Amino acid sequence: MSIRTTILALTATAAAVAATSTTAIARDQINIVGSSTVFPFATAVAERFGKNTDFKTPVVESTGSGGGLKLFCAGIGENTPDITNASRRIKSSEVELCGKNGIKEIVEVKVGYDGIVLANSRSSDVMKLSRKDIFTALAKDVPVDGKLVANPYTTWNQVNSALPNVKIEVLGPPPTSGTRDAFVELAMEGGCKKFDMIAAMKKSDSKGYKAVCHSIREDGAFVEAGENDNLIVQKLEANPAAFGIFGYSFLDQNSDKVQGSEIEGNLPTFEKIADGDYPVSRSLYFYVKKAHIGVIPGIEAYLAEFTSEDAAGEDGYLAEKGLIPMTEDEATKVNAAVANLTPLSM
Amino acid sequence: MTDAVNILATSSSPRHAAESRFRLYGVIAIIISLGFLFVMVGSIAIRGTGAFQQSFVNIAVPLPAEKIDPKGTADPQVIRKSRFGGILKSALREMFPEAKSRKDKRQLYKLVSATAEYSLRDHVVANPDLVGTTASVWVRASSDIDMYLKGNIDGTLDESQRRVSDLQLAWAAELQSKGRIEKRFNTQFFTGGDSREPEQAGILGAVTGSALSLLVCFLLSFPIGVLAAVYLEEFASKGRINRLIEVNINNLAAVPSIVFGLLGLAIFLNVFGLPRSTPLVGGMVLALMTLPTIIIASRASLRAVPPSIREAAFGLGASKVQATFHHVVPLAMPGMLTGSIIGMAQALGETAPLLMIGMVAFIVDIPGGITEAATALPVQIFLWADSPERGFLEKTSAAIMVLLGFLILMNLIAIILRRRLEIRW
Repeated sequence: MSIRTTILALTATAAAVAATSTTAIARDQINIVGSSTVFPFATAVAERFGKNTDFKTPVVESTGSGGGLKLFCAGIGENTPDITNASRRIKSSEVELCGKNGIKEIVEVKVGYDGIVLANSRSSDVMKLSRKDIFTALAKDVPVDGKLVANPYTTWNQVNSALPNVKIEVLGPPPTSGTRDAFVELAMEGGCKKFDMIAAMKKSDSKGYKAVCHSIREDGAFVEAGENDNLIVQKLEANPAAFGIFGYSFLDQNSDKVQGSEIEGNLPTFEKIADGDYPVSRSLYFYVKKAHIGVIPGIEAYLAEFTSEDAAGEDGYLAEKGLIPMTEDEATKVNAAVANLTPLSM
Repeated sequence: MTDAVNILATSSSPRHAAESRFRLYGVIAIIISLGFLFVMVGSIAIRGTGAFQQSFVNIAVPLPAEKIDPKGTADPQVIRKSRFGGILKSALREMFPEAKSRKDKRQLYKLVSATAEYSLRDHVVANPDLVGTTASVWVRASSDIDMYLKGNIDGTLDESQRRVSDLQLAWAAELQSKGRIEKRFNTQFFTGGDSREPEQAGILGAVTGSALSLLVCFLLSFPIGVLAAVYLEEFASKGRINRLIEVNINNLAAVPSIVFGLLGLAIFLNVFGLPRSTPLVGGMVLALMTLPTIIIASRASLRAVPPSIREAAFGLGASKVQATFHHVVPLAMPGMLTGSIIGMAQALGETAPLLMIGMVAFIVDIPGGITEAATALPVQIFLWADSPERGFLEKTSAAIMVLLGFLILMNLIAIILRRRLEIRW
């Protein structure tokens, strides 16, 4: 217990820390970041990849699409991720950022589709909605008699007389979520365009058009329920009048508790989303740094595993996890691009 | 005289009533808080206990030598490369030949875990003399079947509303009647890393990650914290600067932990270039967080050592360093350790700072050192709670039980240390 031993211990710790910080350790493990929507699929592939090959199991982080691309585009080198998952396509601004940091070649891999469902409890009836109904029920401002007014509707039958007389109450993800972005873009904007008045705005005032179509009401009818979709499912179970917005895989896993609403006459089933009949579905991607291929071991093998029939095929294990696979033609094209490592061009 | 008695007699009854009312409020407050605790722990325990058991299915697997090891080398490398997935599937088809259509076959394969082929592979690699025979192997049932057997999926619902089909129910019943389904203690939960298949997922990876992070955290924060406290309390002059530092340390202890995560991201990762997602960086960030706690606790226990000890040492000719390190610090040590353990217990439950430095990640391999990628226990709970699969529900609760267990253990150690070692003056 002398002071000397204490000081010795201290310096030893400091030395150990300093040693690890100066000597860069060659990374032999693939580093993946990105979308929380792609996360369940990327992790399933990573696990198989680790078990089937001699490479280490990749580390998959869930950072969100935007956060992932920011990390990804930070530069080339062992301290930056090799792959980023995204539940939307990379933006041109992100490609520019990548380019500025020396990442000239990015390989884009489309993984498949994800349906976004508007679901309610099994104890209620299945809703039959159109995108126009969804927009009218959830937008901040809606056109009434040729004028935009703050959303006056409180029950579904005010929106569309064919709908039941139930209070509008929708639980959905917060604005930071990719699911929210996709829902706004596909369901809300899709319905918004059906109003002639707003469609006319698109040309004259594109900013105003976006503001109208993408704004969700904030008067309590739409409740931000956090990023945890399991929580939304539980809340729907407790409140049969409420609706929830989440990804198809959660509907698939909880089909005993919740049911998807029909949108434009199509129920959110595996087949309907795969066919493209169900209108609210988005593409999922991941992006690979070409400069890292061959430097970090196993990236090519990981790509091969992800695009294999065993994984991404119609009967693959990813479909089992709730990913909607691409059509065969599309898959062939993607696989060819992956095999040649064709860089992305915007 | 009588007046005073009268006053006492008339005023005592409302005062007594006030006292008993106040006692009643106290008891109600305790009952309510105990009730909340009971509901929370109870619901976690009810949901989580299922995770400690796992259903296994017995399958007779023909292991043809020509498919696995045609040359009879018994070389593990050769056996490993064989296609055990196909072997397992054909074994299932042999057991249930009525599955003819593609759809039925797919349902049949889903009776067992998607990872069953790997456990079969490992089993055969470990017992190469099984090649060429028909082995009776117990493999994990798939999570859906497991959930059904545990009563978490209602088999009486319409087929479209559940993930287990009628055919699978019939097969499961047949297997059960033949004694080919067994519930066993789920050792994998305690010895495995994370997995995307609930039946395969374990917490050892997360526990190891937490332990490594806490080790780094302790090695950094304990010596620094104790030395800082000793200097501030025993050596520094008690001036304005000392008071300013004290106020700032107290403020630091109240800073939300996510701020330390951001600091870690900016300094440890971006400036020092330390590897992401590792217990090394995690431990350093947690050390920043626990330092104020340790300094405050250490200063309090140093202050509790009576001045007579120091004066006696000085009286016998000890220098200030000798008096401090030979007499005062050893006497204050139990209090310092208790404070550190409580700080560590806090750090064990933290997720927010780890979010920023990439420890919220899917990691299968169990970390072997502080520079390998790892997660921590609370992060694992967060990741499982966010997973769509029904099977992760019970895993989440079970992991919470393990985390609570560790927290109780650490606090218990702190209490025992205090009871055993602390000297009352």
